[in-house]
Amino acid sequence: MTTKPAHREILSVLDRPNSYIGKTVPRPNLDRLLQGRGLYVSDVELPRMAHVVFLRSPHAHARIIGIDASAANQSPGTIAVVTGKQLAAVITPWVGVLSHLKGLKSAPQSAIAIDRVCWQGEAVAAVVATSRAGAEDAAEHVTVEYQELEPVTDMRTALDPKIPVIHPVLGDNLAFERNHDAGHVDQAFAESDEVVETEFIFGRHTGVTLEPRAVVADWNAAEARLTIYQGTQAPHMVQNIAALHLGLQEQQVRVVCKDVGGSFGIKVHIYADEMATYALSKLLRRPIKFVADRVESFNTDIHARDHRCMGKIGVQHDGTIKAFEIDDLTGIGPYSMYPRTSAIEANQIVNLVGGPYVTKNYRARARVVLQNKNVMCQYRAVGHPIACSVTEGLVDLAAMKIGMDPVEIRRRNLIADDAYPCASPSGLRFEKLSHHASLDKLLGMMDYQRLRAEQAELRKANIHRGIGIATFIEVTNPSAAFYGVGGARISSQDGVAVRLDAQGSVICQTSITEQGQGSESLTAQIVGSVLGVSMELVRVILGDTDNTPYGGGTWASRGAGIGGEAALQAAKALRKNILDVAAAILQSTAAELDIVNNSVVDADDGTPRIELKELARIVYFRPDTLPPGIQPELMATRHFVPREYPFAFTNGVQASWLELDAQTGFIKLLKHWVVEDCGTIINAQLVDEQIRGGVVQGLGAALFEKCIYDERGQLTNANMADYLVPMAAEMPDIDVGHVVSPTAETELGAKGAGEAGTAGAAAAVVNAVNDALRPFGAVVTEIPLTPQVILTALARI
Amino acid sequence: MTAPMPISLQVNGERVDTHVLPRLNLADFLREHLHLTGTHVGCEHGVCGACTVRVNNEIVRACLMLAVQTHGASVQTIEGLSDSGEVADLQAAFRDRNALQCGYCTPGMLMAAQDLLRQQAEPDREQIREHLSGNYCRCTGYQAIVDAVETTARSRREHK
Repeated sequence: MTTKPAHREILSVLDRPNSYIGKTVPRPNLDRLLQGRGLYVSDVELPRMAHVVFLRSPHAHARIIGIDASAANQSPGTIAVVTGKQLAAVITPWVGVLSHLKGLKSAPQSAIAIDRVCWQGEAVAAVVATSRAGAEDAAEHVTVEYQELEPVTDMRTALDPKIPVIHPVLGDNLAFERNHDAGHVDQAFAESDEVVETEFIFGRHTGVTLEPRAVVADWNAAEARLTIYQGTQAPHMVQNIAALHLGLQEQQVRVVCKDVGGSFGIKVHIYADEMATYALSKLLRRPIKFVADRVESFNTDIHARDHRCMGKIGVQHDGTIKAFEIDDLTGIGPYSMYPRTSAIEANQIVNLVGGPYVTKNYRARARVVLQNKNVMCQYRAVGHPIACSVTEGLVDLAAMKIGMDPVEIRRRNLIADDAYPCASPSGLRFEKLSHHASLDKLLGMMDYQRLRAEQAELRKANIHRGIGIATFIEVTNPSAAFYGVGGARISSQDGVAVRLDAQGSVICQTSITEQGQGSESLTAQIVGSVLGVSMELVRVILGDTDNTPYGGGTWASRGAGIGGEAALQAAKALRKNILDVAAAILQSTAAELDIVNNSVVDADDGTPRIELKELARIVYFRPDTLPPGIQPELMATRHFVPREYPFAFTNGVQASWLELDAQTGFIKLLKHWVVEDCGTIINAQLVDEQIRGGVVQGLGAALFEKCIYDERGQLTNANMADYLVPMAAEMPDIDVGHVVSPTAETELGAKGAGEAGTAGAAAAVVNAVNDALRPFGAVVTEIPLTPQVILTALARI
Repeated sequence: MTAPMPISLQVNGERVDTHVLPRLNLADFLREHLHLTGTHVGCEHGVCGACTVRVNNEIVRACLMLAVQTHGASVQTIEGLSDSGEVADLQAAFRDRNALQCGYCTPGMLMAAQDLLRQQAEPDREQIREHLSGNYCRCTGYQAIVDAVETTARSRREHK
C-alpha cells in the first residue's frame, strides 16, 4: 500500500491545481448590469403598491404646533397622511447607544418627528398615494405650523453654558468623550528638540450613492410577515431592528437585497424614514415604496468627517518622533445613529493616530457633540482619513521643521517589518504589517528621486508641483469587539452553505452581501478552487434572510476575510463529503481521490474516475445502488468569526503628485500611487479596483466635497450641481501595487481591501500641496482644498 | 395643459402609442410606463448622467426631457442597444476590465461612451475622460472605464 502524501489534506487551496485564488477573472453576472437588466430597489414593483413621500422640516430646530392634512387628503390618489404620533401606534422609538462606548448618550428618536424637529430634513409627516408624483402633489397641501427654536450649529460652541441643550433630558450637548494617555507624553514633549502644533479641519461630507436610498416594505397581514426589499449592506441587522421596533419576531421579517446602487457605508445604517416605511406598510396593510430624491439624500443620508482636530508632535533633530497628542472635536447632528452609533468615528481617530509609528507616547481626547444638523455616522474608512491626515500631516510638518526628507523621517519611525506582533500606543494589536516593504515598493513605482529632480527643475520655471506621502493602517475583519460586545445585534460572524446539485453544479448561499465589490465573485472563486469545480458552475446566492445563513453582511472591509473564510471551510467540508461518497462508489478511499475540473480523479496521477454530475445523479436518483449504510451529505455549512485578533489590521502607503496654480488656487492631480497589504489576494483586479474607487472618494474629500451649512443649520448645497464630487476629467490614473502578508488567523489569509484607498488619499494630497507651497512658506491643514483655502494660505485673498 | 396628451414614438425600434401627462419626464415614462428600468434615475436634475438615453441619435438626459417632447422621435435605451448588439464589444470590455461595480451608472456610461466612439475613432485618454465627465461614477474612480473605452476604440479600429 502506497503512503498517501500526508500534506495533501493540509495543502492550502491557494496551491491546488486550477485554483482561481489570486487570478483576475470577471465577476459573474455582470452582463445583467451591463444590459440594464439589474433589479435595484427603485425598480421593484408589487401589486397594490403605494408610494410614500415624506414632508420634511424646513427648520433646523422647531416645535411642531400643528399639522393640517385636510386639503392633502382630498388630493387625487392620496391614500393617507400619517403623522409621527399616528405612526407611533405601530413602531417604537430607539436610542443609538452601545454599552462599550462608555458614557455615550443620545435621546429617543422616532420614525417621524413628534412635537419637535431637530434638523432640516427630519420627516414630519408621511404622505402615501398611488403614485410618487401624486404623493408629492398632496404633500404640498399639508400645512405644518412651526415655532422656530434656536438651533445649535457650531460644534465649537455647542458645549458653552449659554447655548441651548438640544435634549434637556441629557443635561448637555456632549454625547461622548474619550481620553487616552499612554507612555510619558509631557516628558517626551519636554525632551523634544522641536514641537509642532496645528489645527486640522475637515469638511463634513457624504457618500452620494448614485442610487438614492430606497425601500419597498410589504406587510402581508394574512401571513403576518413583513418582506423588506432594501439595498442594505447588512440584511440580518435590518431584520432584527425592524422586528424589534414593530413588535414582531425576527422570523416574521424577511429582508431581500438585490442590486444595490452604491453603498460605501451609507446603506449600513437604519434611517428613520426607512423605519417609517416599514411601519406604514404594517399600518396600511399594503406594499409601500420609498425612494429618496437627491435633495432628501443630501439632507438625510448620513454625513461624516466633520472634525476639528488639534494635533501636536515632538521630534528630535535626528528625526526620532517622541510623541503625538490630539484633541478632536466633532459634531454628529441631533441623534446618535442607530444601531451603530455616531461615536465610532471619533473613537477610531483616538485608536488610529500615530498607529504606524514606533513611539509609545500618545495622548488623545475626543469629544462628540450634538447639534441641529443632519446626523453623522460611519462612512467608508470610518475615522481613518482623519487619523491619517492628522498623523501624516504632523509627520510632514515635523520633517519640514527639522529639514528632513518626508521619506527619511518615515523610514526612521515606522514600526520595523520584523517587529510583529506588537501593539500601538492606543492598544491596537498588530499581527503583521509591512510598512517598510510597502514604502520601498511605492518609491520604486513612483521613481521618487526622478520626481524630486523633475520637481526642482520645474520650480525654476515657476511651475509648482508637489509630492505627498501618506502611510496608513486600516481596520478590517472586525470581530465582535466592534459592535457585539456593546450590545448591538450586529453579527460579526458569517456563514456559507454549499451544495452539489443534481447536474454537478454548486449552489452557494452566503451571508455576506454584494454592492459591486465582488462578493459574489470572490465566493465563487474560493468555492470553485476548493471543490475543484469550474467557477461558471458555482451559483452564489446572497442578500436574502430567508435563503442565506445568518451573518453580518458586507461592511468594515470584512466580506472577503470573514465570509471568504466561511466559504473556504464550507467548500472543504463539502469536498470531503463528496470524496467519501466517491470512495464508496469507486471502492477506493477518500485519501486516494481528488476533485479536479468537475471530476473525481485519482489523487496520484489525475486519472479521471467519475464526473461530479454522474456522482450527483447516483446520489440523488439511484441511492439504491450505493453500498448499505452510506447516507451522502452533498451540502455543508460552515461559519467563521475572528477570535484571536479583534481586528485584522492592514497597512499601506499612498503618494500624490500634483501641480498647484498659485494664481488661481487650482490643483491638478497628475498621478497617484498606492501600495497596500491586504494579505492573500483573491482577485487582483477586484482588489485594485476597490483601491482605486476608494482613493477617488478620498480625493473628493480632499478637493471638492463639503456639506455647507449656514449658521441657521440650513444645508445650502443639497444638490449635485452645488455639491461637487470627482468626475472623470479631474481624476488622475492611479497605480496600485501590493505587498502580501496573509493573516495567520485564517486558512485563506485574506484581510480587507475596500477602505484602504479612502484612508490615505486626502493625507497624501494635502502633504503634496504643502510640498508645492513650500517656496511660498505657506501651509494648509484644511480640506476640502478649495481655491479659497489655497489662496487664503497664500495671503492672496 | 394638464390633461394627458397623445404621443407616438419609436422606442428601441418598437412603435409606442400612448397618452401621458405633459409633466411626465422621459426617464419616468421609460421606467414606469414602459418598464424599461435600465435607464436609471440618480439626481433628477440633469447632473449625474445615469438616465442618459439616445433620442434621434443624440444622447440626452431623460430626466431633463419631457415624454411629450419625444412625440415622433426615435428613442433608444440600454435595453435596445444591448439587444441589437451595437455595444456588445463595449460591454465585454467593461466586463473584462471590471469597469463597473454597483452598475447603477453603467447604462448611462455606456450610452455616453458609445456616443464618443461613434464620433471619434481614436480618442485619447483625456478626450475619453472629457466626454464622460457628465456621468457620475461613485464606485470605480473612472480609470477602469477609461481603459475599457480605450480598448474598445482600439479594437474597433483594428477590426474595420
